[in-house]
Amino acid sequence: MSETTAVLVLEDGRIFTGISFGAAGTAFGEAVFATGMTGYQETLTDPSYRRQVVVATAPQIGNTGWVEEDNESSAIHVAGFVIRDLSPAPSSWRATATLPEEMERQGIVGVAGVDTRALTRHLRSRGAMRCGIFAGSAVTTPEEMVAAVLATPGMAGADLTGEVTTTEAYTVQAVGEQKYTVACVDLGIKANTPRSFAERGVTAHVLPATCTIEDILALGVDGVFLSNGPGDPATADRIVALTKEVLDRRIPLFGICFGNQILGRALGFGTYKLKFGHRGINQPVKDHLTGKTMVTSQNHGFAVDAAAGEVLQTPYGKVEVGFTGLNDGVVEGLNCHDVPAFSVQFHPEAAAGPHDARYLFDRFVTMLAAATPETENSNSKVTA
Amino acid sequence: MPRRTDLKHIMVIGSGPIVIGQACEFDYSGTQACRVLREEGLRVSLINSNPATIMTDPEFADATYVEPITAEYVEKAIADQLERGYPVDAILATLGGQTALNTAIALDEAGVLAKYDVELIGADIPAIHRGEDRQIFKDIVREVGGDVPRSAVCHTMDQVRATVAELGLPVVIRPSFTMGGLGSGMAYTDADLERLAGLGLSASPTSEVLIEESVLGWKEYELELMRDGNDNAVVVCSIENIDPMGVHTGDSMTVAPAMTLTDREYQVMRDLGLKILRAVGVATGGCNIQFAVNPKDGRLIVIEMNPRVSRSSALASKATGFPIAKIAAKLAIGYTLDEISNDITKATPAAFEPTLDYVVVKIPRFAFEKFPGADPTLTTTMKSVGEAMSIGRNFAEAFGKAMRSMETKASGFWTGPAREELSLEQLLEKIAVPTDGRIYDVERALSLGATVEQVHQATGIDPWFLDQLVLVIGIAAEVRGADVLDATLLRRAKRFGLSDLQISVLRSDLANETAVRNLRRELGVRPVFKTVDTCAAEFEANTPYHYSAYETDPAAESEVAPQTVKPKVIILGSGPNRIGQGIEFDSSCVHAAMALREAGFETVMVNCNPETVSTDYDTSDRLYFEPLTAEDVLEVIAAEQESGTVAGVIVTLGGQTPLKLAGVLQEEGITILGTQPDAIDLAEDRGRFGDLLTSAELPAPAFGMATSFEQASKVAAGIGYPVLVRPSYVLGGRGMEIVYDEASLADYIDRATEITDDHPVLVDRFLDDAIEIDVDALCDGTEVYLGGVMEHIEEAGIHSGDSASVLPPITLGRGDIEKVRQYTEAIALGGRVVGLLNVQYALKDETLYVLEANPRASRTVPFSSKATAVQLAKAAARIMTGTSIADLRAEGMLSPRGDAGTLPSVAPVAVKEAVMQFHRFRKADGSGVDSLLGPEMRSTGEVMGIDTAFGPAFAKSQTGSYGSLPTSGTVFVSVANKDKRSMVFPVKRLADLGFTILATEGTADMLSRNGINAQVVRKHYEGSGNIVEMIKAGQVDLVINTPYGQSGTRVDGYEIRTAAVATDIPCITTVAGAAAAIQGIEALTLQNVGVTPLQVLQDRLVEAVKAQAALADAAAGVGA
Repeated sequence: MSETTAVLVLEDGRIFTGISFGAAGTAFGEAVFATGMTGYQETLTDPSYRRQVVVATAPQIGNTGWVEEDNESSAIHVAGFVIRDLSPAPSSWRATATLPEEMERQGIVGVAGVDTRALTRHLRSRGAMRCGIFAGSAVTTPEEMVAAVLATPGMAGADLTGEVTTTEAYTVQAVGEQKYTVACVDLGIKANTPRSFAERGVTAHVLPATCTIEDILALGVDGVFLSNGPGDPATADRIVALTKEVLDRRIPLFGICFGNQILGRALGFGTYKLKFGHRGINQPVKDHLTGKTMVTSQNHGFAVDAAAGEVLQTPYGKVEVGFTGLNDGVVEGLNCHDVPAFSVQFHPEAAAGPHDARYLFDRFVTMLAAATPETENSNSKVTA
Repeated sequence: MPRRTDLKHIMVIGSGPIVIGQACEFDYSGTQACRVLREEGLRVSLINSNPATIMTDPEFADATYVEPITAEYVEKAIADQLERGYPVDAILATLGGQTALNTAIALDEAGVLAKYDVELIGADIPAIHRGEDRQIFKDIVREVGGDVPRSAVCHTMDQVRATVAELGLPVVIRPSFTMGGLGSGMAYTDADLERLAGLGLSASPTSEVLIEESVLGWKEYELELMRDGNDNAVVVCSIENIDPMGVHTGDSMTVAPAMTLTDREYQVMRDLGLKILRAVGVATGGCNIQFAVNPKDGRLIVIEMNPRVSRSSALASKATGFPIAKIAAKLAIGYTLDEISNDITKATPAAFEPTLDYVVVKIPRFAFEKFPGADPTLTTTMKSVGEAMSIGRNFAEAFGKAMRSMETKASGFWTGPAREELSLEQLLEKIAVPTDGRIYDVERALSLGATVEQVHQATGIDPWFLDQLVLVIGIAAEVRGADVLDATLLRRAKRFGLSDLQISVLRSDLANETAVRNLRRELGVRPVFKTVDTCAAEFEANTPYHYSAYETDPAAESEVAPQTVKPKVIILGSGPNRIGQGIEFDSSCVHAAMALREAGFETVMVNCNPETVSTDYDTSDRLYFEPLTAEDVLEVIAAEQESGTVAGVIVTLGGQTPLKLAGVLQEEGITILGTQPDAIDLAEDRGRFGDLLTSAELPAPAFGMATSFEQASKVAAGIGYPVLVRPSYVLGGRGMEIVYDEASLADYIDRATEITDDHPVLVDRFLDDAIEIDVDALCDGTEVYLGGVMEHIEEAGIHSGDSASVLPPITLGRGDIEKVRQYTEAIALGGRVVGLLNVQYALKDETLYVLEANPRASRTVPFSSKATAVQLAKAAARIMTGTSIADLRAEGMLSPRGDAGTLPSVAPVAVKEAVMQFHRFRKADGSGVDSLLGPEMRSTGEVMGIDTAFGPAFAKSQTGSYGSLPTSGTVFVSVANKDKRSMVFPVKRLADLGFTILATEGTADMLSRNGINAQVVRKHYEGSGNIVEMIKAGQVDLVINTPYGQSGTRVDGYEIRTAAVATDIPCITTVAGAAAAIQGIEALTLQNVGVTPLQVLQDRLVEAVKAQAALADAAAGVGA
């Protein structure tokens, strides 16, 4: 195997040299680190990582190759992938390809052999920042490469929803008897979310982010779901407006990740960019309703600005911070008292990550049940 | 949930002596527990019979009972505390291994817990049963949706065939209700099945066999989980076994985190683990669950769980930086995970799952060479005696480091003695059987061109690991083939774990590892030091727990923080436990760290043993988890020198491992603290040491050195048989034997293949029937302090590590001890010892012979320290850093006057007894291995019995190690003629106490003439119905057998002893021993064996010593 040099160039001028893997060429994005020890494939195919260059802190990557059925979306969304050691060969009875093969096929640039720990420590102290990967002939002088990085847009103010949302609506049917239906606004949804609804007897109508309240009402759904997704929530005014329409109609609403930030903004809270974000599958979160701690999967660079531990007045009535990250106290979810809505910043659908928070899908189903008169079966529900 | 307020006094149960499967990991966990509970302001009482543990140091508990860990003694301890006004509220038994858990169950069953209203915290009895009862556990797994090996109970061959048709071959056949797995086996073919199931059905009294699906060769995983009282639960660590199912996990090479699971598969395992944890109902604390995965289709089954902190928990704690035992202790007293802070980050809580940005490899350490004839095949019965762990930034690096941490003849691929030439076919056949060192043959097979698939088929090792080996082999080929070993290639080789030694073997232009080291330095190829921080650098770490790694980037980042205020002392630990070098040495290293930290030094620990307290990140100021090789240690020293001032390195506390490095370190210009390398060599070089003894006029047994049989034979003839023969430079008496004639000498030389001109064999006169004396002493260059004088209860000739001894000596006169003092002073001062010294003497016919001297901490230092209330290793560390004995006396670390040679009469009597593991080993034919004790050490651990008098102390030592001395039953007596006279009274005493006496003909005659009624029993060589058979049949409760000197029938005694050891009954081989046992039995019979906290015994001693000193001062005119 002939090795081609590749370099990771950060906007502050720091350069990490390694070996090219995956596709050749260049890639730009926001450098972020993800700490999961498993699930590199789910991470790569998570639309929330759009326009980000992901640094894996786990040192051995590619061990299980590429398993087609584990994709969280139809494509790799990360802009680039930075790792320390690539496995010479994968080992999994389910593998359909190797990681570098799949990255090459999808044109994703990677760099291996990097001191990822030093890089992570750098990002931890300096914060997530723009970067570029330059592989092979794309490697030029440090000055030129840094200039190229600085010429790219940053994540603050980025509206990326349009890049990841589905163009056509599609439906994931409930498994077994359909109990309810929800409209999922696709802001970068992961495959495991509609799957999680379906497992609970909920049919998920996944709609493009451009959908309107009329589109939703036309489906006659029992609830609305705001998905995860990439970008700065401050740019999502249209979705925020849509959310207000849903709240106004007291349609049960559940949001995950980007969806949590959207609900926050709809309720009148601000959002802000975290220094280096939460990206990992070991993040402890306390559910203030149960008092229990769960280990969650997280991937967010922005967060809702709200005070935990008190009842907050909003245009939609009383709201409380329902979930708090135990590592740093960041708002990890909101509970509305007066409208049927709640949201979480972490990923109950996991993939990758632990399943501790799965019960929150059940909590939403309970909310749907409470909002649906018992006699009225959603199977026969008439369009509003 | 904050801490429970109703708990004020917790009793912690330890795990007793080190045995295979239960080593110092439980000292580590118990020490953490004691520390945590006391920090919480709780009163802590502790029971543990192992004096070499840190947890039994008096400062770790309010009341420490160095007593046997049995329900009876725990009850005594509870009662004693109650009497002293401290009722025990709860018992914490989940941190002391299976011993503690079993004791807790016994306490419950005996009604002791109810009687004293003591709660069991950490796990309740029903949960323990649910976790440990295989059938109940299987049911629970199924209830929560998990899978277990499929099986069916069959009563006929037709049923067997039908079952197998469904399960497929191979299957495991387990007949019901047979003893010790009789008739069970694995059927690979229909023929096997017919034979084994047929046999099984007939062997079973109920004509019943269990046919179970075989999971042999499946991938094996473990999860370490924790749960709190609020039902929060986390998985601390996943561990993957490189050796697949079929090899006990303790004997497997393992990796953390799991390397070959996708997230989906991992999460299924995690979910199942958490469900099982909850269903079994582990109330609070840690547990370990084992899984097997079929590599063909991913089918996941649950194998078993340990509802307590285990060996794997210790490994997981060291691998992740998440202190499981410490947190388990906090959970047990009511805290929840989210209330406990993560020590390493300080800022984040313990309610999370550690994430690693490095790879951890653990490799077990075996001691088959100690058990000649033992079958080295690895099975589901654990046989390893220790382990080393390593950390690297990739698998290959960690694996290479672990391989060179083992302290075996080979330290990684391509090193060590030449291996038998085998063809690829032969190798593939050989690696199909798991054995110690199989991985070397795996590498050879791959190097000879075997495909990964072929090796995977043969071994069941996952292809991922084999691909990693192929990668390493490829790099070795590059290193071997390159015209010039340039910086890039050298760095690449280091990055994948190749040691300097390995590279020197691969390169003809580099003579040795020093040459590679110099080249590396020239080219600037040096490792960086990273940090174990639980969070993959997401948060800042406050704990300097480091490991080395090579990064591609020459300017890679090292994380060793500058520290220029305090001088640093680097303490080198003792590496993996093995027979002869275990927890005792770790204890001394830990003590040094404690003492020097207190004395104002920055302490730096280097070690690679995950079971130990020394590798707890709390023990020293800085911890380097690194192999104890010259290469790795020098890099640590360099990193420390760069970040501050290194006052020096301590090499004399960790046993032979660091001692071996003294020379290299000195060559590198590094300051060695304490006894200098030349003085170390003086003690180890027989010639130089002999000169020292001669010039000091100290007698030593005649000896000589030989490098051939002819020489040896001449030397032996000059000295006179029996002679003691051994290779030079060994620890634990490895390869040592007593030889009675020329023929056996020839046989020995034949077997001892390692004899070369550089490594001659030593031939010593063997002192038959002498009293052996062991001395631990301190020397500061001008004064010598006797730290402990121990008298062996066994006859001379049995390795000091295997024989029972007593402190203070019970039969030595004042004059003898004075002589011991004079000799020890002469050796210490003449040998320029600064620090600890251990001398072994033999007293025969009024002559005191010097057997050997070691200028380092000995195995007995912790024992001496506990018995005399002086912490010798702490004092030694201070002496090595420049404090005089006089100053330490003034400080109160040493007695103000006098020492262990002048102990007052109130000093407690402490007996040390060794613990053997012969029952773990089997020959290939299934018979037991020879349990002959001799000059080669074979014990894995030891216990201490301590009391105010010898009788009860001895009784306790026996209870703690073997099981109790009998108080009734049958005694077999067979003694040498010279001992007959002195044996009359002891045997009469036993008869009076109600024992039935058995004796061989001569002894029986003598006894009956003395009015003792003894039944005659046949000697071993006199045919069936003989004494050996009776012992094996369990018809004898105590053996008194003194050897017949040189008459040859000594062998008969050994047969008897073997049988006694195999059946776990006490066997006494000396008159002194018989007297000891009788004192013990009397103590037990009169039922006056009580328990007293070590603190009370020590305080009493310290007071008496002070009073004695004051008197002496007054007499000398000092003071008022």
